[in-house]
Amino acid sequence: MATTSTQRFGRRLASSVSRRRLSSSAGEIAVQRSQNPSLNLCSAINQALHIALDTDPRSYVFGEDVSFGGVFRCTVGLADRFGKSRVFNTPLCEQGIVGFGIGLAAMGNRAIAEIQFADYIYPAFDQIVNEAAKFRYRSGNQFNCGGLTIRAPYGAVGHGGHYHSQSPEAFFCHVPGIKVVIPRSPSQAKGLLISCIRDPNPIVFFEPKWLYRLAVEEVPEHDYMLPLSEAEVIREGTDITLVGWGAQLSIMEEACLDAENDGISCELIDLKTLIPWDKETVEASVRKTGRLLISHEAPVTGGFGAEISASIVERCFLRLEAPVARICGLDTPFPLVFEPFYLPTKNKILDAIKSTVNY
Amino acid sequence: MALSRAASSTPHANLLKPLAAAISSSSSFFRRSISTDTTPITVETSVPFTAHRCEAPSRTVETTGQELVGFFRLMALMRRAEIAADSLYKAKLIRGFCHLYDGQEAVAIGMEAAITKKDCIITAYRDHCTFLGRGGTLLEVFSELMGRQAGCSKGKGGSMHFYRKEAGFYGGHGIVGAQIPLGVGLAFAQKYNKDESVSFALYGDGAANQGQLFEALNMAALWDLPAILVCENNHYGMGTAEWRAAKSPSYYKRGDYVPGLKVDGMDALAVKQACKFAKEHALKNGPIILEMDTYRYHGHSMSDPGSTYRTRDEISGVRQERDPIERIRKLLLSLDLATEKELKDIEKEVRKEVDEAIAQAKESPMPDPSELFTNVYVKGYGVESFGPDRKEVRAVLP
Repeated sequence: MATTSTQRFGRRLASSVSRRRLSSSAGEIAVQRSQNPSLNLCSAINQALHIALDTDPRSYVFGEDVSFGGVFRCTVGLADRFGKSRVFNTPLCEQGIVGFGIGLAAMGNRAIAEIQFADYIYPAFDQIVNEAAKFRYRSGNQFNCGGLTIRAPYGAVGHGGHYHSQSPEAFFCHVPGIKVVIPRSPSQAKGLLISCIRDPNPIVFFEPKWLYRLAVEEVPEHDYMLPLSEAEVIREGTDITLVGWGAQLSIMEEACLDAENDGISCELIDLKTLIPWDKETVEASVRKTGRLLISHEAPVTGGFGAEISASIVERCFLRLEAPVARICGLDTPFPLVFEPFYLPTKNKILDAIKSTVNY
Repeated sequence: MALSRAASSTPHANLLKPLAAAISSSSSFFRRSISTDTTPITVETSVPFTAHRCEAPSRTVETTGQELVGFFRLMALMRRAEIAADSLYKAKLIRGFCHLYDGQEAVAIGMEAAITKKDCIITAYRDHCTFLGRGGTLLEVFSELMGRQAGCSKGKGGSMHFYRKEAGFYGGHGIVGAQIPLGVGLAFAQKYNKDESVSFALYGDGAANQGQLFEALNMAALWDLPAILVCENNHYGMGTAEWRAAKSPSYYKRGDYVPGLKVDGMDALAVKQACKFAKEHALKNGPIILEMDTYRYHGHSMSDPGSTYRTRDEISGVRQERDPIERIRKLLLSLDLATEKELKDIEKEVRKEVDEAIAQAKESPMPDPSELFTNVYVKGYGVESFGPDRKEVRAVLP
């Protein structure tokens, strides 16, 4: 269906159509397909937070406007059910929110902090990088803030402009001591968020806000966790490996389908956890295909794609049949009027797939 | 056009003279040509100022018929422009995020009336009307909102990023509270250059809880900088009422060692008086905080209906009791400086101006795609990779 719309309406619409197509090909979810309700990503996050608060009385949710449900309605109903001592609004002070969360977590609690947009996380950068990430190391394991999970919606929405569209994940991937996790779909979001909350390390969890309402799929109702630092092959192929995460995967999936029509078989990998990342799965795939393409919305220079590229070249140098391709955001600030030019759209990926395979 | 006229119509009221008692009698004598009456009149502010560590200025404000009509016209224009922006956003002609100023017009107007274009203003993302107050045109406003070349930031900034360098408007900033230290930096440069001018750094009650404010305040006080920190208290930081977010919502006192003044931000004349006072204070003694008690009628942004965290009664109550435009309208009528019809005509003119500006802005082309790569660095270093034409990677070095 998406393919026909692509042909009919051209490139610009195609990218928004393709955002809707988001499948979870995880086997364990497919099995239960018939009896689970369909949820969008926002509701899946909401369910995960309900479960987290329900299963651990020492867990807390806080951030700007969260007790009213938050600007994206991800925290709806939590304050009513768990009370305002466990779900509460903070003032507008990101640095304070994260620092407070570190202290709360240091006392053995699960602090689930929300930063309203990933673009607003920079005032908290010092707390995350200098305080959260190094607390365990520099105290010789006396203290840690492993219970801290920072949720932040990231990425393009089609019209977000400079300060509601950024993908800042690479900054945090440069920081040993924290984990960075990004889900691609509702069922993934639920399982990964619960894992992040229960993981004994501080985690930055970026949520693809474009998919909050657009991505809908069946999500198991029960409490389940998906493993961190495990990538997943969501589409098998033999000619080229594509690696991505979050909302970008749906674009890449579209490109894979189009490439298939041209006789190119693409393998698509969802990295899920950016640090520490699952090199083995990517390496195994590249050993099979001999080619690698990485795609993310953040600017190409210094993006996390660079790290993946370098690592895979180190491991698979003699097996590679073409240079590693990176199809990413441009090296400009996230633009207001040129978003479709800035973004790594399906056709840019498709072009790169072809030129890499025909290298 | 009318905007710049109104903005530059700051009367050179001679403050040293005893306040003129020539109130309504003289003005009714001269009645007619409503907008040119420059006979000094004095008006009492709605409520007294509340001061912290300083002596409050007098409640008696000097003004003229011309100034009041100018206030009315520009505020009506701002109101109309914001309402038009609301519809344009809903029609998806404005993308990005959009924050409207209607309700708070008196702050922008009163501030301009007390200062000159040598003084600097820096604000957050609710910046459309501050820009208009600094002499920006409607065409620039609507073009920028719709991302067109004729916009004040060439269509590259959008709603939150209006700038007007020639009028000392250092713009709209997107991150809550981030503009306040910048304002202090501006003030340092002004002091160093012996400009005898001041900087107004505007922020909201939500931003008042950001740590950056206190860092900036300390620097400004430490070095006696001519910085005026203006807290536009509209009582809601996004969806959170001030008292839920601030232990002490007396923002004018929160500078502790920095003097402060609480002002009725719905009364343009009170704002004018306070800003005049603050400028004199800042040039002599260093920073001061002005808390403007104001109100926004719209929600925080276009995705906020603005009615979930406050009652409709509260909003309509403010509209009826405290509306800044209605206040000036009543004043003009009671002083017999204008008739109902004349004011209605002004509103009609303003509506037409706004409609014309929108039509014109729609004609303005989008920026050229190559603009995506300009202004990143001085000479526009950027990698033109895989543009819409899907050409190969090309690097442009300075």
